Amino acid sequence: MSSTTLSGAGMKPRRLNFSIGRGMAWAYITGVIVVTVFPFYWMLRTALSNNYALNTHPTSPWPVQFTVGAFRRVLGLATTREALAQGGSGASINLGRALLNSVIYASISTASIVFFSLLAAYAFARLRWKGREFMFTLFLAALMVPGILTLLPNFILIKNFGLLNSHAGMILPGALFSAFNIFFLRQFMLGLSNEIEEAAFIDGAGPLRVLFRITLPMTSGPVTTLSILGFITMWNDYFWPLLVTSDNSVQPLTVALAVFKQSSPQDQPDWAGLMAATLVAALPMLVLFMVFGRRIVNSIGFTGIK
Amino acid sequence: MGEAMTVTEARLGEKPRARDGARAPTRRDKRRAVPSPVHRHDARLAWVLIAPALVGFILFAVYPTLRGIYLSFTSFHVLSPPQWTGLENIRRLLRDGVFWNSLLVTVYFVALSVVIGTFFSVLTAVVLHRLTRSTVIRGLIILPFMISGVVAATTWSWLMNPQLGILNTVITHIIGHPILFLGSRAWVIPSVALISVWKSMGYNAIIIFAGLQTIPSSIYEAGRIDGASETKMLRHLTLPLLRPILAMVLILTVIGSFQVFDIVQVTTRGGPVNASNVLQLYIYQQAFGQFNFGYAATMSMALFVMLMVITFLQVRLLRASESDMS
Repeated sequence: MSSTTLSGAGMKPRRLNFSIGRGMAWAYITGVIVVTVFPFYWMLRTALSNNYALNTHPTSPWPVQFTVGAFRRVLGLATTREALAQGGSGASINLGRALLNSVIYASISTASIVFFSLLAAYAFARLRWKGREFMFTLFLAALMVPGILTLLPNFILIKNFGLLNSHAGMILPGALFSAFNIFFLRQFMLGLSNEIEEAAFIDGAGPLRVLFRITLPMTSGPVTTLSILGFITMWNDYFWPLLVTSDNSVQPLTVALAVFKQSSPQDQPDWAGLMAATLVAALPMLVLFMVFGRRIVNSIGFTGIK
Repeated sequence: MGEAMTVTEARLGEKPRARDGARAPTRRDKRRAVPSPVHRHDARLAWVLIAPALVGFILFAVYPTLRGIYLSFTSFHVLSPPQWTGLENIRRLLRDGVFWNSLLVTVYFVALSVVIGTFFSVLTAVVLHRLTRSTVIRGLIILPFMISGVVAATTWSWLMNPQLGILNTVITHIIGHPILFLGSRAWVIPSVALISVWKSMGYNAIIIFAGLQTIPSSIYEAGRIDGASETKMLRHLTLPLLRPILAMVLILTVIGSFQVFDIVQVTTRGGPVNASNVLQLYIYQQAFGQFNFGYAATMSMALFVMLMVITFLQVRLLRASESDMS
């Protein structure tokens, strides 16, 4: 497709023009990629440096006095003396625990919301019942309500339930209902031929059996899309966990990292430690990206067009 | 696996419309004619299947919305029950200088993020579309989308650090002194907006890129035969045809930017002296710093109403739901 638009009319002067344009275009894209990727490299370069030595070589493109001390420090593996010797602030952060909390929060929330959305979508797409259109419209109306309106009252609700500082309290409000997921899956199911399903019914299979044995495998594409995007969103979620968790036994990485940043001394922050912590926080997403990169790119484009 | 993926996605995009139009009526007719015994117990099962979603909908969407509206007319400090104060909170809002400052700061931030962000995402998408279909390059560009605002903010406060940050070491070499990106009134909002653009630009570019792929190349062929130049085609073909997607990206960016929180909270915490105290941060401080939940709810309502009005205006002005492609 793009090749047809690029080849143009094929006249000589035009070609020349084109190649200058193409050169500039490539220069621009290279610039964009450098600006995008450089901060990630600088994170790594700083995290692998000795925090004291950073002062002396601020522009060195390589780690200054290469050490993995910063990682040991933020993962709680280094002794206080060792940490202080390398420019650690002495402030402790238990990233291991936060990492686990993030895994729990993101995976349970995502699995649960996708599963319950799938059930609801099936009811809306395949079953025939009174009130179906009404309920669907009602659910869709929820897309209009933004987070700011519900976050504070939800905080009070979770507090009244006695669920502050618990994984349940963090997970529950986002684990049951997502108007977008239900809509997305229903649209997909409506597009699938239901001949196989009808055949299974005739063979005597119940609707639940059909849902799990036939419909679910056929929707594995969009289910994966929603799961990946949901996991990224939950992993990076900050505001809600910040509201409901004050104890570091349940705080996810985002909150733990922000606390660590704010508790580091103003005059001589442990930048090596901070960058090691940000890398640890970002790493699972970067791994996810390496594995599912193509899929993520396509999912974003696709959900956007929808 | 990648191949199979694109095939599913392609199917995803096209099928619903085709099927709905061509098939649905016949299917329905058939069902009317022969009431199938299979669907006899559908209603009961349907309610069971939507029950979890329904509970979540009522408990965490409907109820908190109504409660939020109620709380915005009360004085509520969490420990004792809310006291109805009528319009007192709104009167307070109108007099609250910090609120108006926050609103101004937020609008400034939104304007910068939207203008700079849209410009670069459209430019990147168009250039990418012309040059390459490489998923690797598109992948690299959405890298910042994968990380949290907290990670982005922490990293940029290091890059922008006045003494040791690489950005400022280079700047000091050139102009002789560092720029207080996050520490001066003049620079703080532009800096925070730049971080926000850095984080979301690639994501928006990918959405616009996907939109560009839906424009048939025959339109460009026609344009070229009529002797239109590249820039002319961009202005008169690409951008108008892209309008629905651009409108969506614009609306989502505005809504998202109005609720900016994590980047500001991590980099500046609203400083220096409220220069970056955006609305969401002020609401958070009122609720969790001062325990003025009633007043915080009022401000949330105000923000919500503003967003509704702005979104409505945008949809009208951009004619977001219509396409010029027919």
